[in-house]
Amino acid sequence: MTIRQLISRLSLDVLAEGASYDAPLRGCYIGDLLSRVISRSVQGGLWITIMNNLNVAAVAVLADIPCVLLAEGVEAPDELREKCAEEGVFLLGSGRSAYELAAAFAQSQS
Amino acid sequence: MPDAIRMTFNVDGDDFAAAGTASSEVKRALKQLGMPPELVKRAAICMYEGEINMVIHADGGVASVAIRPGSVEIELRDRGPGIPDLELAMQEGYSTASEQARNLGFGAGMGLPNMKRYADELKIDTKIGVGTTVTMVLRDRTR
Ligand SMILES: Nc1ncnc2c1ncn2[C@@H]1O[C@H](COP(=O)(O)OP(=O)(O)OP(=O)(O)O)[C@@H](O)[C@H]1O
Ligand SMILES: [Mg+2]
Repeated sequence: MTIRQLISRLSLDVLAEGASYDAPLRGCYIGDLLSRVISRSVQGGLWITIMNNLNVAAVAVLADIPCVLLAEGVEAPDELREKCAEEGVFLLGSGRSAYELAAAFAQSQS
Repeated sequence: MPDAIRMTFNVDGDDFAAAGTASSEVKRALKQLGMPPELVKRAAICMYEGEINMVIHADGGVASVAIRPGSVEIELRDRGPGIPDLELAMQEGYSTASEQARNLGFGAGMGLPNMKRYADELKIDTKIGVGTTVTMVLRDRTR
């Protein structure tokens, strides 16, 4: 599934635009502990989190994550949006829980 | 072999949210120098974990990087409290991170284990009340 398809199928808000809407997402990781995300996330995948500080952008870049999804209606501070846009990382948002989002992602894969 | 390219950064101890600046700069430089992507990624992760540790545990410090063809050496030197039990600190999940650091997503106790995993050499000199120096060497594994 591409990032474009993810956004439309899960009705996500686009909080910052990343490098390419057509990039395919190769998997998904859910987590809020940054050092765990660094070692366990999927390269080229989706990262669902409720963390919304600047380090989220830094970790996404480090771990080669093209797309971050803020769950549970967590707000994105302007500085995080700007940093993500600058680094070419998509920042998406939804009011749904991380579980619901991951389940919907998995279901709409097929 | 040509001389190493060296970069030095003063890492600020009080800006938790913006920590990681030095590592992104190093990552950019390594990319520009045409270092292999797998080495760039590992070096950036090691540097980030080390930089964050200086910020959240030691009130900042100095990061120095030496880049040579096929290798990167990273040194992180601080005058923080030191690490009383290094073996314990190296264990996954062990963390003394403050509430403030944890609220930002730090404190998984995975930073040092990540550094060990991604670096080819990791050396930690630490003395209580004096400070900690972490040295990492990463080599091009494709060579
Ligand atoms: N530079 C340092 N100065 C003093 N203590 C340190 C330093 N680096 C690490 N430590 C100690 O070692 C522990 C483990 O470090 P590690 O990086 O593995 O985990 P963490 O920083 O607590 O959490 P995480 O890295 O997952 O966000 C720290 O909680 C801290 O007690
Ligand atoms: Mg750490």
